[in-house]
Amino acid sequence: MTTNDIRRTRLEKVLKNHNYQESALLEILHSAQGIYGYLDRNLLMDIAGSLNLPPSHVYGVTTFYSFFKMRKPGQHIITACLGTACYVKGVEQIVVAIEKEFNLKRGGSTADGKLSLLCTRCIGACAMAPVVVLDDQVIGKATKELVIEKIRNVLEGVKDESE
Amino acid sequence: MTEISVVSLKIDGVQVSVPEGTTILKAAKDNGILIPTLCDLEGLTPYGGCRLCLVEVTGSPKLFTACTTQVNPGMEVTTNSVRLKNYRKMAVQLLMSERVHMCAVCVANDHCELQALANQLGVDHVSFERHFTRETIDSSHDFLVIDRNRCILCTRCIRVCDKIEGVHTLDLKQRSKDTEVIMDLDESWGDSCSCTGCRKCAKVCPVGAIYIEGESATQTKHRDVAEFITERRKRK
Repeated sequence: MTTNDIRRTRLEKVLKNHNYQESALLEILHSAQGIYGYLDRNLLMDIAGSLNLPPSHVYGVTTFYSFFKMRKPGQHIITACLGTACYVKGVEQIVVAIEKEFNLKRGGSTADGKLSLLCTRCIGACAMAPVVVLDDQVIGKATKELVIEKIRNVLEGVKDESE
Repeated sequence: MTEISVVSLKIDGVQVSVPEGTTILKAAKDNGILIPTLCDLEGLTPYGGCRLCLVEVTGSPKLFTACTTQVNPGMEVTTNSVRLKNYRKMAVQLLMSERVHMCAVCVANDHCELQALANQLGVDHVSFERHFTRETIDSSHDFLVIDRNRCILCTRCIRVCDKIEGVHTLDLKQRSKDTEVIMDLDESWGDSCSCTGCRKCAKVCPVGAIYIEGESATQTKHRDVAEFITERRKRK
């Protein structure tokens, strides 16, 4: 992270807007994630220093909320809904299948950084359970074969005909 | 001279008078009634996490944590009843089932507040499924060691590090069953640059989660350190 980084300038503006108040930590983390895409250790240290807060406190707040990401997300993101309806309809098997097929763990990314697998609570589309979201595309009544094929297409840059 | 207003209330049927703003726990203690606690420690900010100091207040169906509830005039507090004892037993069992609590192989055996409380309450078994966690043990520091499997997340170490030592090296990360005590940005203790090695965390730890290498718990545990320092500072 260099000081002439444009993102750092934007973050500085956010910090200034909040008057470097420690009580604004949550909003600042929120904005910082918006600017950088994710919150890495250097960034958290930077924010802790700017707000004069203990690093352990900033780290604690960041890890408390699942919204905050501490790792760089992959180019493509597949999100599985682990809500009750999707769970009952067997989303777990789909997640396991994706994990096995693309060799990654939930919450993590593939080694090449092309795909991230996230799990979330109910996305509110229970009638379509099990639901998986690939980038911005919602896949309802998903099966593992269908999902894996769609991910393959996205990774290979093949345009989806059904869109 | 400013007048300190005094509040009168009944604890276990005994009429007591304490200064306004006192917690039920302190009021009871000052009048010789001991309420069991694990997270509370004199000199530190009340936390209300262990749920062992639960008391009944006449007129309310819910239970109150004595460490965080201030006294009110005319309050009638019950600190010991069958219902409370059952809840306390349950709380101890839940703490025991949450991580690995094996007294026989623990450095704090016989100097452990959780163990003492279990004995006192007559907890002879754990009726919940026990989770044998595999949390990390960090012995990278010169002499301080943390075994997170024994931690009951009372946050005494965090509060003593923040309030008494003033460096706030320690804090909690994540939540629910994944909660862990961390140093700085989740670094290993040896790499933490803000830790002053003051040992106060080890002194106040109610269990054997934080201890000093090569030292017995008899030597390490000085749980009144927070109260002692707070009192000393007042005199300055």
